[in-house]
Amino acid sequence: MVSLSVSPVTAPGSASAAWLETVLRVFEPSLPATPGQPLGGLARSRAVARDDLRRTGLPPTRQEAWRFTSLAPLIAVPPQVLPGPDRHHAPDHPPASEALRLYWDGDRDPLAGVDLPEGLSRLETGVQEALLGAVLEAAGTAGSWMVRFNAALAGQVLALRVRGNVALPLELVSDCGQAAGVRPLRLLLVLEEDASLELLQVHRAEGTSLTTVVVEAQLAPRARLRHGFLAQGTEASCLLAHLAVSQAPASELDLTTAVGGWGLVRLEPAITQVQGAAATRLRGLQVVRGRQIADLHSLVRFEGPEGQLDQLQKAVVDDAGRSVFHGAVQVPQAAQRTSASQLSRNLLLSDRARVDAIPQLEIVADDVRCTHGATVTRLQQEELFYLRSRGLGADQAARLLLEGFCDEILAGLPASASRWEPAHALLRTALPR
Amino acid sequence: MIRPDAPVLLEIRNLHATVGDQPILKGVDLTLRAGEIHAVMGRNGSGKSTLSKLLAGHPAYTVTAGTVRYRGEDLLALAPEDRARAGVFLGFQYPVEIPGVSNLEFLRVATNARRIAKGGEELDTFAFEDLVRERLKVVQMDPAFLERSVNEGFSGGEKKRNEILQMALLEPLVAILDETDSGLDIDALRIVSAGVNQLATPDNCILLITHYQRLLDEITPDFVHVMAAGRILRTGGKELALELERRGYDWVDEGLASSDQADVSAPALEVV
Repeated sequence: MVSLSVSPVTAPGSASAAWLETVLRVFEPSLPATPGQPLGGLARSRAVARDDLRRTGLPPTRQEAWRFTSLAPLIAVPPQVLPGPDRHHAPDHPPASEALRLYWDGDRDPLAGVDLPEGLSRLETGVQEALLGAVLEAAGTAGSWMVRFNAALAGQVLALRVRGNVALPLELVSDCGQAAGVRPLRLLLVLEEDASLELLQVHRAEGTSLTTVVVEAQLAPRARLRHGFLAQGTEASCLLAHLAVSQAPASELDLTTAVGGWGLVRLEPAITQVQGAAATRLRGLQVVRGRQIADLHSLVRFEGPEGQLDQLQKAVVDDAGRSVFHGAVQVPQAAQRTSASQLSRNLLLSDRARVDAIPQLEIVADDVRCTHGATVTRLQQEELFYLRSRGLGADQAARLLLEGFCDEILAGLPASASRWEPAHALLRTALPR
Repeated sequence: MIRPDAPVLLEIRNLHATVGDQPILKGVDLTLRAGEIHAVMGRNGSGKSTLSKLLAGHPAYTVTAGTVRYRGEDLLALAPEDRARAGVFLGFQYPVEIPGVSNLEFLRVATNARRIAKGGEELDTFAFEDLVRERLKVVQMDPAFLERSVNEGFSGGEKKRNEILQMALLEPLVAILDETDSGLDIDALRIVSAGVNQLATPDNCILLITHYQRLLDEITPDFVHVMAAGRILRTGGKELALELERRGYDWVDEGLASSDQADVSAPALEVV
């Protein structure tokens, strides 16, 4: 593509602008093989996103949506394509026979050589072109920074159609291993009427890497999606994931996210009940320690009556770790008889730990039931004493209480998640004192 | 069962303790020998619960004077978990609910901690399930409670049964039961009491903390101690509880007033 001369909003010559420019250049799409051939939808949106990003740079913390979360850690990630995935196929977690595992690296086709089970098929290119971005548009998040950043880099979309009940759970694994660099991933899921799917998305990273993910899932009437998102990182690794779902009436979404260990992780579930009358269940867990930041910005929008939301977000924060939860719920006039509950429960394990929990309920309809609440507590002394009075050591007692706190969320992950030992994986770096 | 030659399991001497700056215990003396059942009675605020939690090692209490010896060793020097492993058990007045922690797993970990301390073998999941199912009978408890989170959503009676189940698994040498009768209806009281009676052996001793005679109708104590203002004011046999029931705690207050006037420490009647 033709390079344009633009003046970025970010201070010219600043480290973040230079980093971003290099990343954009590294992921520069190749020109169409045949000159004169029109760019596809993906390439078009890439071009737009790239121009956009060059203008705006990285969002500064003075922007409301990024008030608590600085993207500065990204600059430490080498601005290069994350190299060869082949060594990192999670050998410590062999796939279960009762699940279909796809390895996802943003480069190779995850479906190559895979026999898809009945009901699951690759989405035809034409349909994919037509649908890509529609869920983001419905959510109103197509222009958000994380979406544009991903759109500017991702050269490939994993696009799947779900028809009927897919009996075999799907496991989508991205393991960056110790490699350094940037990995863009994009998923488009279309669940037809009455379709149902169990999906476990696993992200792992140990090196200085950045994984950027955008998921779009479209649920037709009475479709059911149980979506687990399990992400385990280390201090040097960053994860930015935008999870957009549009729900037709009588559809059911059960989304459970569990993240821990990342230097920086931000999740943005963006759910739209396009005509209301759907059921949305959101469960989230963040485990944060050291100087890590975990941010979850959720947006649930009801565009018709009688929608339901049940949201529980939890965090365990140790050391000087920081947890951010921003939960927007939008109930416009058309969304009468909406029933929404949102609860944030946080456990602080150190005096320097910090939690920012911000519910944002925008309710215009008058006949609704919407509740929200937030608690921040420490490990309960009476609970600790009770366990110790039965012979459990202080550390063991604290660990058991922590596991109990997390279990309420982790129990919501699809059954195949147990192979990843989520409680052990997320808590092993969060030892209580 | 009183046997003057039975070994002393717990010996409390001149125990003083505070919560923050507030003195609660002001010179408690108590000796428990193997095979004995003791009851400590007294009003709310007399220091009964403080005494029981302090013996289990609750961090809220500070011992300012006195000693507690468990089988000759300094009990106060031990962490709560080490007291439990060594064989001191507190049945809680208000057992704590712990969401997300499986009751079965909790019981197994606790039982194994005690077994290892006794020099025994750790039980694997299967062996433990056999053991716990057998011990459930002591308190006629539904095995379904094993699958739930610790005490979560249990009724008052179910929580107390779960406490006695723990006692049955841990086989303590000193069991302190803090108002185990509170919140129990007549049937549950009988079941829990029968469980305690079954667990009382010539080798262990039991300290019952209670307000009411009704528990002592079910579990016959060898000694009854009346506590007030942080001291044991009177000690007698089971008839002392009946007298207390008849005359009320005002009678104790009179004793307290006279002891205060005389400015002497509690005129505890040494029976042992």
